[in-house]
Amino acid sequence: VSQTIPRAGSGQAVDKTAIPPPLMKAQAADKTTMRPFRVEVPEAELTELRRRIVATRFPERETVTDFSQGVQLAFIQALARYWSTDYDWRRCEAKLNSYLQFITEIDGLDIHFIHARSKHEDAMPLIVTHGWPGSPIEQLKIIDPLTNPTAHSGSALDAFHVVIPSMAGYGFSGKPTTPGWDPARMARAWAVLMKRLGYSRFAAQGGDWGGFVTNVMALQAPPGLIGIHVNFPGTAPADVVKALPGPPPAGLTSEEQRAYDQMALLYRQIPTQIMMASHPQTLYGLADSPVALAAWMIDHDTVSYGHIAKLFVDGEPYGDLTRDDILDNITLTWLTNTGVSCARLYQEYKGAFFNDYNISVPAAVSVFPEEVYQAPRSWTERAYKNLIHFNALDKGGHFAAWEQPGLFVNELRVGLRSLR
Amino acid sequence: MTQTIRTPDSGRAADRTAIPPPLMKVQAADKTGLRPFRVEVPESELTELRRRIHATKFPDRETVPDATQGVQLATVQKLARYWGTEYDWRKCEARLNALPQFITEIDGLDIHFIHARSKHENALPLIVTHGWPGSVVEQLKIVEPLTNPTAHGGSASDAFHVVVPSMPGYGYSGKPTTTGWGPDRIARAWDVLMNRLGYTSYVAQGGDWGAVVVDLMGVQAPKGLLGIHTNMPGIFPADIDAAAFSGAPAPSGLSADEKVAYERLQFVYQKGIAYGFQMGLHPQTMVGIADSPVGLAAYFLDHDARSYELITRVFDGQSEGLTRDDILDNITHTWLTNTALSGARLYWEYFGKGYFNAKGVSIPVAVSVFPDELYPAPRSWAEKAYPKLIHYNRLPKGGHFAAWEQPGFLVNELRTGLKSLR
Repeated sequence: VSQTIPRAGSGQAVDKTAIPPPLMKAQAADKTTMRPFRVEVPEAELTELRRRIVATRFPERETVTDFSQGVQLAFIQALARYWSTDYDWRRCEAKLNSYLQFITEIDGLDIHFIHARSKHEDAMPLIVTHGWPGSPIEQLKIIDPLTNPTAHSGSALDAFHVVIPSMAGYGFSGKPTTPGWDPARMARAWAVLMKRLGYSRFAAQGGDWGGFVTNVMALQAPPGLIGIHVNFPGTAPADVVKALPGPPPAGLTSEEQRAYDQMALLYRQIPTQIMMASHPQTLYGLADSPVALAAWMIDHDTVSYGHIAKLFVDGEPYGDLTRDDILDNITLTWLTNTGVSCARLYQEYKGAFFNDYNISVPAAVSVFPEEVYQAPRSWTERAYKNLIHFNALDKGGHFAAWEQPGLFVNELRVGLRSLR
Repeated sequence: MTQTIRTPDSGRAADRTAIPPPLMKVQAADKTGLRPFRVEVPESELTELRRRIHATKFPDRETVPDATQGVQLATVQKLARYWGTEYDWRKCEARLNALPQFITEIDGLDIHFIHARSKHENALPLIVTHGWPGSVVEQLKIVEPLTNPTAHGGSASDAFHVVVPSMPGYGYSGKPTTTGWGPDRIARAWDVLMNRLGYTSYVAQGGDWGAVVVDLMGVQAPKGLLGIHTNMPGIFPADIDAAAFSGAPAPSGLSADEKVAYERLQFVYQKGIAYGFQMGLHPQTMVGIADSPVGLAAYFLDHDARSYELITRVFDGQSEGLTRDDILDNITHTWLTNTALSGARLYWEYFGKGYFNAKGVSIPVAVSVFPDELYPAPRSWAEKAYPKLIHYNRLPKGGHFAAWEQPGFLVNELRTGLKSLR
């Protein structure tokens, strides 16, 4: 049985007529069951979205010739043009609906997730967490290779059962109405989810906020968690973090020095994140203006911005990322009106941005060269006491699963192999 | 002769048919002439603004019962309701047009300004600079009492000739298309403006960015500048400013007043000025303040905790120094000129150079300290920052937008504070 269950607070009425009465009763009685979910956006919302894009009132051009003032006008206009003309949300919707999706209530909040089981019964259960500005759309490309490795140059021994939740406040998950949904609470919820799905042993993966969730899950070390893979590791030693952004501590290796320099520059490159960490609710433009939301979501980091801008303006390829990929993620955020609710995660998190973890759960770490900083092996070994895999890739950036799904899938196969 | 002259890149053509040919030629020949200006917004733009307000898609409510996540939904919805129904821009337009306004090109950019001469010939010429999120709308209440003191509890010897410019990128001034219009360049332009108006000796006043501009005028000390008045004095010693920015506890040895100022500044840096980082680093990303009127309004309400609380009370129906119309006049003025981003770039132009620090002003300075300003400047630091401190006063009431919120106090401060320079 599949049905359309709009997210709480989305303003859309549940199509109760489509649900047979007994099932309705069951749902009312127990929200913690797995409720099948499909995405079916009313055509009127897509029409309204296009109307707003076309009616966008732009600011004038930046007074510089580069990204130093933020998202450039020529780029955002190219994006808006494509979004309102050639872009087709229904293609993304069909892709999402080609997977089994469910909603279940955990810790008082509806959690949406994709659940893709492998046909190989011994497959390793894996929960993959997206980041900001993201959603499960970031992970769609890795599902088939992970669940069906024999069709994607792997062996049956490489198979995973894949669970991809939408974080609290993101996409089709519920929006918290009270504070407290930080990465630690999400990590606890994910352990509940895996248990509820019948997985008594599982691995966890994440980048960006998904990296924070996965790292903190490793610190919590719930009974079923056999190991983690992160592509956004927390490795920076406390004395190094303390020195930022001033002169570095003495005795850094060249690798460490490079990471230090990257981190020291970063605070000047993340004003968008600083704003979300301080006053996310002030960002009303993200709810009211689709192009504002797009500009905001693309201002994640300098390197990914540069690639995405060239992709739209010059058609220059960015790994596996297409214009449609970028707009799928933004359109999902627009349609679910989650621009502000997902920004709140930055305020919920009270910890440090760069961490000095002390994780003893087995961990695999992949370092992509265009990530905001390249974690040195030395620091990684300190933070992850049981480092079962460390690999510095030769290409790829912050959105690794989305941009380099092939390399990413291989990292998961190789990195987590010893845990099978 | 008055005419409608639009900002250069507002996308609206100047109404050239209204200008007799000889005048057009003069303008083409000499952009540095003083061109009379009136604000006349087409009705269709007001209709479109209301349409957008009514069509606003709001986010869900904040998850906290206070302002710690930013501008609260209930306040913004009250503002939007009033803005979309009862608010009348034409009243503000009429107030602006009741004052002589001009545009003149300085340093390659059109500068809009109000020029209100006193009938008292010996009046002291004064240039007043607004801040962010502001415009000349902030200063409208003080023009009449300053120029016509005998009708407002003062004497003829209190009179000022008042010049109120719009900063580059703000309101009806031109929007810079290249970098370089930081507060230091604005400060130099203001001296050119005062000289062009024939004022060979004058004083300057400012709060917020206007305070940075007048501080820098004080540093540049152009020949005609007799002294400055500031209601957001730049007084923090460099090491104190850096310590507050880093979030360190108060250094030892501070007096009680200094400790209060330090803690308030630290709050600003740690919790209160994320928007300053946003505009200081990536203003161009803020498409939402150009495309969404409510997005712009909310952003403008988020200046500082105390003024936000005041504005929230105003939209809850309480009577305060600012009215709902005051607040919306400023926001509407910014919306209609599409200057939210061009105004924001001022932060980018000066990022990391220090707003609140002592800058080395050598000329006479009058300081007014309003209790709800970002920080109450201690006299001790004011005396260090301004060796020629001619006036220091702590007011009983008022905040960051002193001229707008407490015009009576500010006018009195200007009269008494600058008296010794006449």
